[in-house]
Amino acid sequence: MKQKNILEYLEDTVQKLPDQVAYTDGTKALTFQEVFDQAQAIGTYLHLHNHQNEPVVVFMKRSPESIAAFFGCVYAGCFYIPLDEEMPKARMELIIQNVSPRGLICDVNTKKALENYSYQGEVYCYEEIIETKVDQTALSAIRERQIDTDPIYIVFTSGSTGIPKGVTACHRSVIDYIEALSEILQASSKTIFGNQVPLYFDACLKELLCTIKHGGTTYLIPKSLFMFPIKLVEYLNQYQINTLCWVSSALTMISGLGVLKKMVPKYLHTVAFGSEVFPVKQFNLWREALLHARFINLYGPTECTGMSCYYVVDEVLDLEDTIPIGRPFPNRDVFLLGEDNQKVTNNEVGEICIRGTSLTLGYYKNFEKTTESFVQTPLNTCYPELIYKTGDLGRYNDRKDLVFVSRKDNQIKHMGHRIELGEIELHTNKVDGVSTSCCLYDQQKGKIVLCYMGQADKKQILFSLKEKLPRYMLPNKIISLERMPFMANGKIDRVHLKEEHIDNLENGGKN
Amino acid sequence: MEDLLEILEELHADVDFENCETLIDSAILDSFDIVTLIAEVDSVFDVAIPAEEIIPENFNSAKALYSLIQRLDEE
Repeated sequence: MKQKNILEYLEDTVQKLPDQVAYTDGTKALTFQEVFDQAQAIGTYLHLHNHQNEPVVVFMKRSPESIAAFFGCVYAGCFYIPLDEEMPKARMELIIQNVSPRGLICDVNTKKALENYSYQGEVYCYEEIIETKVDQTALSAIRERQIDTDPIYIVFTSGSTGIPKGVTACHRSVIDYIEALSEILQASSKTIFGNQVPLYFDACLKELLCTIKHGGTTYLIPKSLFMFPIKLVEYLNQYQINTLCWVSSALTMISGLGVLKKMVPKYLHTVAFGSEVFPVKQFNLWREALLHARFINLYGPTECTGMSCYYVVDEVLDLEDTIPIGRPFPNRDVFLLGEDNQKVTNNEVGEICIRGTSLTLGYYKNFEKTTESFVQTPLNTCYPELIYKTGDLGRYNDRKDLVFVSRKDNQIKHMGHRIELGEIELHTNKVDGVSTSCCLYDQQKGKIVLCYMGQADKKQILFSLKEKLPRYMLPNKIISLERMPFMANGKIDRVHLKEEHIDNLENGGKN
Repeated sequence: MEDLLEILEELHADVDFENCETLIDSAILDSFDIVTLIAEVDSVFDVAIPAEEIIPENFNSAKALYSLIQRLDEE
């Protein structure tokens, strides 16, 4: 029978390669057998404590153990919500309020931090619950009841209303994604991934699930290494890491600081990048350093499970070229919808829309936002058929490859993170002494620029934002304005602000 | 030194850069800050920090970074 549960990947691989390391951070490691045993123990424990078909929070340090905890939740027939120890308290509270989970798994590192939270449910300590004796009969019964449209995880993305949106994904779409991705990455039991992205994003499914499917190994690279590029390359070489799926800015960090001229990550044969535009100049440095590696641009919104488009870069690029996002993954349809609600087939700009099994279930406990972006396709008037409208604008180039153009709204990609500028404005406006604010993005410098009006000082605003927003959403530059420019309709004139404070600065600085 | 402190304060207005000696060890600076710092140092001091000098010891305090800039400037 066809696969219907992601745990089948783990169960197949543990038969073949029980003693191979599945996940490690370079010091602590879990073999496939250990991941399997611990996940089953956690599944049994959650079952014994009456958790089923419900969200369970995993609030642990980024570690091999936290991944085993994710699978443990799925063994119990539950779905996991990965939270990070570095997430600001206010944001975590919002997520907990949204979900109202009854159970939470922590570890010895995060247990203490929990005392400061309003969370009222049960707290389970990872180190204790993995000692649970596995009840195979119970786990089999759970498996029999599970179907492939049951959720596996909820991951949260920035929301313009100030409340993060919980994207909920099921087995079916994740399996569909991992099967397609495996072909594109040419993953195998020899694949050694170097994970860069945090585990609270769906981006990490690439490494986590390709590893249990194929029996390779994933190294969770310590975050601190991403400040020190030579040490980072040394790490990649020390562990013979051969496959990367990183945000472009992490690759740029290495190439942009001139490291590739001195040291090359010599085992790399597959480099996938995405989440934001990769500057061609940086890309070319990578290509020259790794002549035999495959380079793949990936594109896709969290709402459609991981990635939806890919482009294998096999030509030399000119500096003014843009790397296309290319073609859809197998079994998903990615097309452009024009303003007239018709498919765009020429070279005009349209909104990128996605159709197929890869669509996630929607935003958790948020039907309003879900029905705004997961909509009936205007191309089908005969039966219900949903598409996801990404809000990204794209067009086809002469080779019929898709190219990303811009956003329809004020969402940006910064350091690989998806951010609603409106969420930053909303929290700024709540600061005492701020009358109004407007957040801009300086694409060229990669800086979030916050303009505000009022008595509050910059320090005060930054302090307050630090409590509410994750690090990557904090403005890199704050500008206090005497007067905010408004348009006739009463809205802040973003275009004017941008000209004044971003475009002018660039010219002024260089001429 | 004043110029450097100004650059640093632009990154984190709430940190006492004159006295803090654990900018890296206490995870005050992140990778974005490092990249920004290197670019700003290049434009303000006209000093290019080579890859092999991008190590924790040189970024743990404003003082350490400043002496790196001076050393590179003399070379």
